[in-house]
Amino acid sequence: MGGVHPHDSKFARERAIEELPLPQTVYVSMAQHLGAPAKPVVAVGDSVKVGQVIAEPGGFISAFVHSPASGTVKGIAPRKDLAGNPVMHIEIAVEGDEWDPAIDRTPDLVTAIPEDKAAILDRIKACGVVGLGGATFPAHVKLNPAPGKVAECLILNGAECEPFLTSDYRIMIERPKEIVVGAAIMQKVLGGCKCVIGIEENKPEAIAAMSAAVSELGYAGMTVQPLKKRYPQGGEKQLIDAVMRRQVKSGGLPIDVGAVVQNVGTSLAVYEAVQKNKPLITNVLTITGNEMPADRQHNYLFRIGVPLSYIAEYAGGVPDNAAKLVSGGPMMGKAIANLDAATVKGSSSILYLTDAFTRRKAESSCIRCGKCADACPMGLEPFLLNRLYKAADLDALEQNAAQDCIECGCCLYSCPAYIPLLDNIRQAKGQVMGVIRARAAAAKAAAEAAKK
Amino acid sequence: MDKKYIVSPSPHIHADISTTSIMRDVIIALCPALLVSVLAYGWAELLVILVSVASCVLLEWAVTRWMLKKPSTVGDLSAVVTGLLLAMNLPSSIPLWIVFIGAVVAICVAKLPFGGIGQNVFNPAITGRVFLLVSFPAQMTDWTPTSGFIKLTDAVSGATPLSVLKEQLKSGHSIPDYLQATGQTFESLMQDIGGSAGEISAIALLLGFVYLLIRRVVKPWIPLAVLGTMALVAAIFHGINPDQYTGPLFNLVTGGAMLGALFMATDYVTSPMSTWGGVIYGVGIGLIAMMIRYFGSYPEGMSFAILLMNCAVPLINMWFHQKKYGRA
Amino acid sequence: MTQTIIWTVAILSVLGLLLALILFWVARKFKVEEDPRIDEVEKVMPGANCGGCGFAGCRAFADAAVKAPNLDNQYCPVGGDEVMQKVASILGFTVAAKAPQVAVVRCNGSCANRPRVNEYDGVRSCRVKAALYSGDTGCSYGCLGCGDCAAACQFGALSMDPQTGLPVVDEQKCTACGACVKACPKHIIELRNKGPRGMREFVSCVNKDKGPVARKACAAACIGCALCQKTCQHGAITVTDNVAYIDFTKCKLCRECEAVCPTGAIHGVNFPKELDKEAVKKRIADRKAKAAEAAKAAEAPGLARNDAPKQAAAAPAAEPETKKKEVANG
Repeated sequence: MGGVHPHDSKFARERAIEELPLPQTVYVSMAQHLGAPAKPVVAVGDSVKVGQVIAEPGGFISAFVHSPASGTVKGIAPRKDLAGNPVMHIEIAVEGDEWDPAIDRTPDLVTAIPEDKAAILDRIKACGVVGLGGATFPAHVKLNPAPGKVAECLILNGAECEPFLTSDYRIMIERPKEIVVGAAIMQKVLGGCKCVIGIEENKPEAIAAMSAAVSELGYAGMTVQPLKKRYPQGGEKQLIDAVMRRQVKSGGLPIDVGAVVQNVGTSLAVYEAVQKNKPLITNVLTITGNEMPADRQHNYLFRIGVPLSYIAEYAGGVPDNAAKLVSGGPMMGKAIANLDAATVKGSSSILYLTDAFTRRKAESSCIRCGKCADACPMGLEPFLLNRLYKAADLDALEQNAAQDCIECGCCLYSCPAYIPLLDNIRQAKGQVMGVIRARAAAAKAAAEAAKK
Repeated sequence: MDKKYIVSPSPHIHADISTTSIMRDVIIALCPALLVSVLAYGWAELLVILVSVASCVLLEWAVTRWMLKKPSTVGDLSAVVTGLLLAMNLPSSIPLWIVFIGAVVAICVAKLPFGGIGQNVFNPAITGRVFLLVSFPAQMTDWTPTSGFIKLTDAVSGATPLSVLKEQLKSGHSIPDYLQATGQTFESLMQDIGGSAGEISAIALLLGFVYLLIRRVVKPWIPLAVLGTMALVAAIFHGINPDQYTGPLFNLVTGGAMLGALFMATDYVTSPMSTWGGVIYGVGIGLIAMMIRYFGSYPEGMSFAILLMNCAVPLINMWFHQKKYGRA
Repeated sequence: MTQTIIWTVAILSVLGLLLALILFWVARKFKVEEDPRIDEVEKVMPGANCGGCGFAGCRAFADAAVKAPNLDNQYCPVGGDEVMQKVASILGFTVAAKAPQVAVVRCNGSCANRPRVNEYDGVRSCRVKAALYSGDTGCSYGCLGCGDCAAACQFGALSMDPQTGLPVVDEQKCTACGACVKACPKHIIELRNKGPRGMREFVSCVNKDKGPVARKACAAACIGCALCQKTCQHGAITVTDNVAYIDFTKCKLCRECEAVCPTGAIHGVNFPKELDKEAVKKRIADRKAKAAEAAKAAEAPGLARNDAPKQAAAAPAAEPETKKKEVANG
């Protein structure tokens, strides 16, 4: 159903992962994950080691945050994120590179998986692992389904359907075994369900590497499944449909159809957390662009908290022809308004796009071609939602499932009249979600009142 | 950051497509049929096409600029497409001032008063054609072939096969009688197709349509529904009484069936947006067109069928929606 | 021929009669009993159906007013006191007079004051822009300039100034319905009392950043220096989160805050005369000097014991007088 086929532009695919050196100062955001912001547990003047906990979860859906560097805490204050909005950050002046001794830094592959599920979950939680596919949802919550829900299939998302991005591709090529062990750990936590590793067909090397690792390590019930190249193949709901031929009901969770979806990057983080006791303090980020010479494109292993501007400078500065800077893929990534912002757990790229490539053309009248509806992977009718949003008809918006929008951008991508469909539908979705939540809260309150 | 970088909501890239590029594709797709008609009917046909296109473009520009005081939408090439389609619906011998009136109706009655591109309820070219058909029936049905550059047809009668047969049936003859009397066959009738530019070469039209399919400008469901329905209806009636009713193939290649099904019924603005809505719309057009051909007083019914189904589009859009993910 | 006409007339007449009967019967059968006062109240309402009162429209307001035990929770901002008095008299309630209000835009980040640091390329909507990021200037609190407020205004009272990029309120047309206040995602627009002859003082900034940061982003920003707060004799000004706010219920329009503000973030509007900053500053300095003297005198033991309370009592008494003069002088 739906989807679009942008050129995959994975220009940085042959660039091996390089380790990025540490800057003099890192800024660790307290809002790096979905859910409540973390609460700092260090004070100004404290000295910290690499991997030390510096903030604890601020709620049930929240995550630990660890220091990516050793040094002194210089400040705990609001700092602007990449959208320019103030977010609480811990500023650490880097001194040397002294790691927490509990972390196993050897490159040896550990394949023996611990027996105790609760201990594994605790370790994942304690290491601050969050989903690295984009939503940064705390991994321990997702891997611990509500009572009564059974996971039948763990889907490992190696689709990387966003154009340009190559970080998942590189780790699948360079560290397939660790990813497979990570997947096996998650299989175990979920009660021994099967595991399907979904990879788009345009990455045959990754499919080969992952298949080899799967057969070499020989964990039960694990297969690699090539997927059609199509955006958004890596969308959670689309992936479940492609792999399991099941559709998650509107408002439902993947676990309702027995699925748990995790990104390959998350799997690697789980491996490092459980087998090596290494918290989530590094991630891989792609530096690329639509008109970048090959030698200026990179895949970096960076410490989470390093400013984006530092990475850009290290890689040779922002190219002169760049008109828009994007963190994430070109379809769903965020435009960078503040390059001084610090990287977060979910940072996956710095994308340099040229003016002609990215600037929106003037909007013209809808010609009712229906291309947006054809492109929508959720089967929605963006042209209709756009019209209803302008008419502020919330009831009709809800009836036409504005709340099901996954904000993939296919509608705006394919609109020949350049109508800002997603800009408006995103707002509509927010409004409808607000109505739904208010209704649910009212129903809950009424039920409680009835009980009394 | 000294340089002012662009910030916008996602997505940050766009498909290589625009209203103009779509219209350009339609124009390219119409080229084979235009070429055939110019070859067959010569300078006169070329003049009709030029006047039609020029009038449509000029009118659109003038009206948006001077009357509506809006930015002109001439650049999107939609007026060119309207002009071409209108020309393809007219006989080559038609006086040029009538062509201009057709353009006035298409642009200034059917298109702009509704809000311009994307807002019109009726297909402008067909509205123009139908207006001319009812206002100037003599000129609109005078199919005297103008001299072409090459001789594609032996027809000198100057009537379209459909109208020839209609006349015969009206005066009480049966089809086989007529064919026998004149020593013709269906095959020869189809080869000697006289008619408007868009009617004479089904193959050229199909060629253009295949181009549109490859470019993913249109989907095949509406034309399939239209032509399938026409063929089915014709097969049933022809099976019951071959004396009175013409057969499926004959009906598909004569008259405006191909032009209507491939290029007029698939007009984005005036057709339903969902796949199944499109099918219903196509079936409706096919049915109405055949009813007019068999039982109406006009020999040809495509234009009326499409206009009538245009009216039903808002309703169809209301009833038929895309199948949504995760909803039964 | 005649017969045809007669038949036509007869059939149509009978048909008309029948339908009329049906209509009559339906109207009787399905009649909804409504308090007739609802209609009366609705008649005196402005009929703009703007929703400024918090109800769906004028009729909904009337319906609620008729059912309510009093009118304390209802106010029609468009009709103002005049309409409320009429409503009250219909329903037999009494209402206290409310000061007329007007929408005030609390941002002066014009293109000149607040340089752009990036270029926004999305749909022209403040809501969308605010959801995306902090905006195309260094100030993440100020006006986004896409005109959601102007679009929300039913009375044509708000327009975007192409020069400054900021909304402008037409006080004659503004009814204080509050639609713009709701539409602004940055909460910049506030309903404030119109003030005597439209004169009012307000802080035209909502930036909560620390002084230097705010100043860097915008030349007209409130930097939270609290000079105004210290100067104000009436306790009308509070500084919270690095931004000052003038309580319009306490403000006496002395314009001293406006004179001392280093960035010009405090605006006084509709005063008949331009503010003479130096004169006001001098006045403040004189007062301070006097206060310092008095304090010195109080410090000296025994000497001024009897005088001190007298002075303290005299000071507030003298104040309103000077105030009146100031207002008169403008």
